[in-house]
Amino acid sequence: MSFWDVLRFAAGALVGHRLRTSLSVAGVAVGIAAVIGLTALGEGARRYVTSEFAALGSNLLIAMPGKVETTGATPFGGVVHDLTLDDLQAVMRLPRVRSAAPLAAGTESVRFGDRSRAVPVLGTTAEFAEVRHITVAAGSFLPAGDPQRGGTEMVLGVTVARELFGEASPLGQVVRVGQWRFRVVGVLAPRGRGLGFDFDDLVFVPVGTAMRMFNRTSLFRVVIEVRVHGEMAETRDDVLGLLVDRHRADDVTVISQDALISAFSSIMRALTLALAGIASVSLAVAGVGIMNVMLVSVTERRAEIGLLKAIGARDRQVLAAFLTEAALLSTVGGLVGLGTGLGAIHVFVRFYPSFPAVPPTWAVAAALGMSVLVGVVFGVWPARRATRLDPVAALVKR
Amino acid sequence: MIELRAVSRTYEVGGSPVRALRSASLRIGRGEHVALVGPSGSGKSTMLHIVGCLDRPDEGEFLFDGHEVGAAAEEVRAELRARKIGFVFQFFHLLPRLTAAGNVELPMLFAGVGRAERRERAHAALEAVGLAPRATHRPDQLSGGERQRVAIARAVVMDPAVLLADEPTGNLDRASALEVMELIEAMNRRGLTLVVVTHDPAIAGRARRVIHMADGELVDDREEGRGKREENDRGVS
Repeated sequence: MSFWDVLRFAAGALVGHRLRTSLSVAGVAVGIAAVIGLTALGEGARRYVTSEFAALGSNLLIAMPGKVETTGATPFGGVVHDLTLDDLQAVMRLPRVRSAAPLAAGTESVRFGDRSRAVPVLGTTAEFAEVRHITVAAGSFLPAGDPQRGGTEMVLGVTVARELFGEASPLGQVVRVGQWRFRVVGVLAPRGRGLGFDFDDLVFVPVGTAMRMFNRTSLFRVVIEVRVHGEMAETRDDVLGLLVDRHRADDVTVISQDALISAFSSIMRALTLALAGIASVSLAVAGVGIMNVMLVSVTERRAEIGLLKAIGARDRQVLAAFLTEAALLSTVGGLVGLGTGLGAIHVFVRFYPSFPAVPPTWAVAAALGMSVLVGVVFGVWPARRATRLDPVAALVKR
Repeated sequence: MIELRAVSRTYEVGGSPVRALRSASLRIGRGEHVALVGPSGSGKSTMLHIVGCLDRPDEGEFLFDGHEVGAAAEEVRAELRARKIGFVFQFFHLLPRLTAAGNVELPMLFAGVGRAERRERAHAALEAVGLAPRATHRPDQLSGGERQRVAIARAVVMDPAVLLADEPTGNLDRASALEVMELIEAMNRRGLTLVVVTHDPAIAGRARRVIHMADGELVDDREEGRGKREENDRGVS
């Protein structure tokens, strides 16, 4: 009895019970579609988060004042030294550092004529455009120069520009921030949200001026671009060593973007796995459904099984026929579920194009593998019952 | 070719033992036509099931072609059922989802006969029972007599040595019953050993040898039917 003969025989038996077959196929399909759909959402979330981080630039280090890690109890705390523009200039002289830019941050009301808008005001230098890959739509970014000296130039995010100036060009206009006056030299190209800031709804001013304006002595962040991506760890140690040296205390935190990305990525992957696990429960339920259907089938087809034995079918042939039926049910269910899941994701992505929901390949493979396995595992017991059936008892009854 | 030596078989029915066969001995030669008769519960069906390798004796020996198979491995007995024994049942036991041809192909399917050959032989077997035009009909589109003829085609398609029929006419009207009996008797005349279980004296009377059973024992074994059948045939014609 060839494989195709068994398959055809099993398929014939399934087609003979259309309703029962389609219901158990639907059970498996729901399970598989759930696995595919949920893992796609999890994977989409992971991709979304990592791409958000990657948008920051992948060979960036960020230095911030203070220790982020909680280390044992230091009874009176350590003195946190300021992260200063001198520190920045020292960092820029490190050989592995290509460039670095400071950030001083505050929120202020930006006014032009009778319009005003409270937005984040970021103090930085010309290097920031290069480090964070910022493009301007009109005019130019902040001019290069001594960061300590400050200046009166201002660059607007697109939303700020539209809110304050409407359709008119803001270039050359004077904008007031508190008592300070700035001349608009550029407008950013639309960029949307980066992690932390909405780059469309903020303004940039020279860092020296920003620190005086907000009355700060310490920078908020120093963003450092590393020359060679492979030397992230070494550069991080260089920067940390330099700052610890200058401050005579270990009071700075330097993090790499990569570390953040991989941390988030692994968190999201774990989440995806958890979702897949939850979805697999419905597969197990579908498996019990298949077992139930096959048991009913075995009971209902006692006469058929008895006849098969009477015409010389061996036990393993009967076993194979019933196992094939179960596996066929779950495999067809798996394929239907895969189609449904992918279709649902397709529709979802249509409505939320920015969310990259794609089922990971491993999930598709695992879902299909699981569907076949479910059929075989949950089909074994009913099939064994079929082979143990006494043909005499089965044939005597009508 | 078939020999039972002091075969006993006891069932448990509702906790109490029922002795279906009590030390029954029997010998059936090649090409014989035997009718097993007796009231229900006399053990004739059990006897047929043991001869057909569907049931095993508790005691005694069952020899097929000189080999002991009553206690043989299931694999050996399945092979015997596949190649040497054909079964015909009172309730036909055709698979409703398969066509007449599909049902006839079934024994060949499990015996590993190739698809093309299955088709050819099934067609020939249906032709032999006069149902070639009905090959693509499903059992529910066939009359009782036609169904039993399909079942006979299925039973003989593997070219067995013995045909075992358990009340083959029990569910048929008079005319169909006669047709069916004539069909299997014609096969018997060409050398097929035929064992028919029945409680219909008219059917039993057609056999050359009639074995009467009661309470699990053979009470009468006579070569008697020959003349009677000729009488019957004359009566019908």
